[in-house]
Amino acid sequence: MSVKIGDDKFFDRVEKGIDNEFMRKAVREAQSRLEGRKSAIQEEMGNWEDWRELSEEIRQHTLENLDYYLEQFAENVAAQGGHVFFAETAEEANQYISGIIKEKDAKNVIKSKSMVTEEIGMNEKLEELGANVVESDLGEWILQLDDQDPPSHIVVPALHKNKEQIEETFREKRQYDQTSDPNELALFARKELRKDFLAADVGITGNNFAVAESGSISLVTNEGNARLATTLPKTQISVMGMERIVPTWEELDVLVTMLCNSAVGQKLTSYITGLTATKEDGDVDGPEEFHVVIIDNGRSKILGTKYQSALQCIRCAACINVCPVYRHIGGHSYGSIYPGPIGAVLTPLLEGYDEHKELPYASTLCAACTDACPVKIPLHELLVEHRKDIVEKTGKVGFAEKMAYKGFAYGATHPSLYSFGKNQAPGYISSISKSDEDGKGKGFGPAKMWTNIRDLPEKDKDDSFRKWFENRSKGEES
Amino acid sequence: MARGTIQNKETFLTNIADQLGRKRKTEGVERPQWSKSPQHDVFAGMSQDEMLDRFVLQCDKIHTNVVVIPQKDLASSFERVVSDMGSGSIVHWNDPRFETYGLKETLKKQEDAGVDVFEWNPDLGHKNIEKAEQANIGVTFSDTTLAESGTVVLHSNAGKGRSVSLLPQRYIAIIPKSTLVPRMTQAAEKLHELADENGRTPSCVNFISGPSNSADIELRLVVGVHGPVQATYIVIDDQ
Repeated sequence: MSVKIGDDKFFDRVEKGIDNEFMRKAVREAQSRLEGRKSAIQEEMGNWEDWRELSEEIRQHTLENLDYYLEQFAENVAAQGGHVFFAETAEEANQYISGIIKEKDAKNVIKSKSMVTEEIGMNEKLEELGANVVESDLGEWILQLDDQDPPSHIVVPALHKNKEQIEETFREKRQYDQTSDPNELALFARKELRKDFLAADVGITGNNFAVAESGSISLVTNEGNARLATTLPKTQISVMGMERIVPTWEELDVLVTMLCNSAVGQKLTSYITGLTATKEDGDVDGPEEFHVVIIDNGRSKILGTKYQSALQCIRCAACINVCPVYRHIGGHSYGSIYPGPIGAVLTPLLEGYDEHKELPYASTLCAACTDACPVKIPLHELLVEHRKDIVEKTGKVGFAEKMAYKGFAYGATHPSLYSFGKNQAPGYISSISKSDEDGKGKGFGPAKMWTNIRDLPEKDKDDSFRKWFENRSKGEES
Repeated sequence: MARGTIQNKETFLTNIADQLGRKRKTEGVERPQWSKSPQHDVFAGMSQDEMLDRFVLQCDKIHTNVVVIPQKDLASSFERVVSDMGSGSIVHWNDPRFETYGLKETLKKQEDAGVDVFEWNPDLGHKNIEKAEQANIGVTFSDTTLAESGTVVLHSNAGKGRSVSLLPQRYIAIIPKSTLVPRMTQAAEKLHELADENGRTPSCVNFISGPSNSADIELRLVVGVHGPVQATYIVIDDQ
């Protein structure tokens, strides 16, 4: 996988999403539940805005001094026997990680959930070496078993699947013979994955936040899979985006609090683990060898630009959980491993506009995302900036839209044409306004997407506004 | 310990400085005085007893049983919790507090009664992990306890294996009431003190809030995924 997922065009993806009734219902319920939990905990905290301001300040300060803190972190990891690799590109990162796998002659790799390893397409590279790479987060494991179905949400990756589909996948791929009860499904996964944990030569994790002052990494989970992936294998590799760092444990406390609150409405998740380099002398469990791979992969291009605040993101998905567009089209429609508002901002920054120019338009600019963001990224404003840049820098406005505006400009500046158009329009609209019996609209061009989903309003019997106004004025005079 | 390697640092960090439109910063960066500090207001000024009340309330929300007992009842209470968990084999930390609080004796009694009791022993290497993996119950003390989130904080060392709170089916944390603090903020301060004393942060610090769980299937809560399926806290009223 990489940032981009699938080859379908944007509107084809959206159409698939909109046609997927189960997915849409699941997304609606998930959004309500997750947002409800977040609101409840915010209320309980009372001074949510203070927490947000503090978090924003921490993130801004860290980004402004990113080179300093990354150096401090790296030096502290190395001083305690860990290895640090700075990777400019995905290829460099994969090469380094592959090198470790080869050196260790590792057959079995256990992973805990990490968006950045998806971003660099790490699994495929390691599998090419013949390593058996197993995802241990329950949601990720389900997707992996189901022929590498991509994630549709950054916190709940298998959100688009129902329990019957999951049961079917388990049955087909792992001879599962119980019911679709989530408890039974999870217990089965526990047993299956426990074998993988015990057999693993290398554990690969992400890193929620690095701590510069101590050279620590932190892992936030509810299942405990990140703990297993870092307790049993002899070699541990932690992969992180270069912006995922805080100065000290004091700031780690604040941002972990905000992550747990905003992602799942918990005070803290069941497991938060701070890991500092290799195990100590005398320790039985924990890694003997510890590597951190710090990844740029397009992030540094964002620094020093008007989009810098996008790097404040702590990957909590709060913006996704309130987005009305995500609610209707679902995660896969974005064609990126980062969906929702933050995905619409980040994906074009990381990968350019060519394949992702529609994403900044996949928003109503209602600003619910901006209000929800625990680190105060002005998401909807950044989407507007993208739209400006798409038009100004690339001149990429849709052909139909361009022609429509040109046509309107010509018509509107020629009175006879304007009057003709005004009188013809209602008839034209009523001819395409109703759906056919098969439910497909009769509209074409830009109107088609509208009429596919709903009917246009019919021509008003009181005719045009102008006529109505003229009659009204006459009436008043008499 | 041999120093680890760092690769590509200079080009990588210089590029960051260039993008930020300034020279590399290698020293002199001070954290600012943050304008807000809401984390210090949480449970500020509360007594240990008030914090304990909040802790117990929170445990209910995170599906964790909690019993609060005077120290003299620790043995009987521990035996009851073990029996409620279906007995079976026990693995526990090698931690002087088992002796201090008299639990060693209780565990010896269990062993005499035929229970497989295993104390973490660094000299036995991988056997520790096998024992923990097969155990029904893992037992540790809490190093710091967070009232707000119902969390026990465990610092690793040779006697305090990470697997004890992770691999067994069920988990018991023994919590001296004196370890209670309002929240993660104070636990972080404590880690600072520890790092100053020892010259480093413990290799593994676990913040554990109840049993493992997941909502990855249709957002329905499943308690017990990779870690323990059940957790009980025994709070010793030691003040």
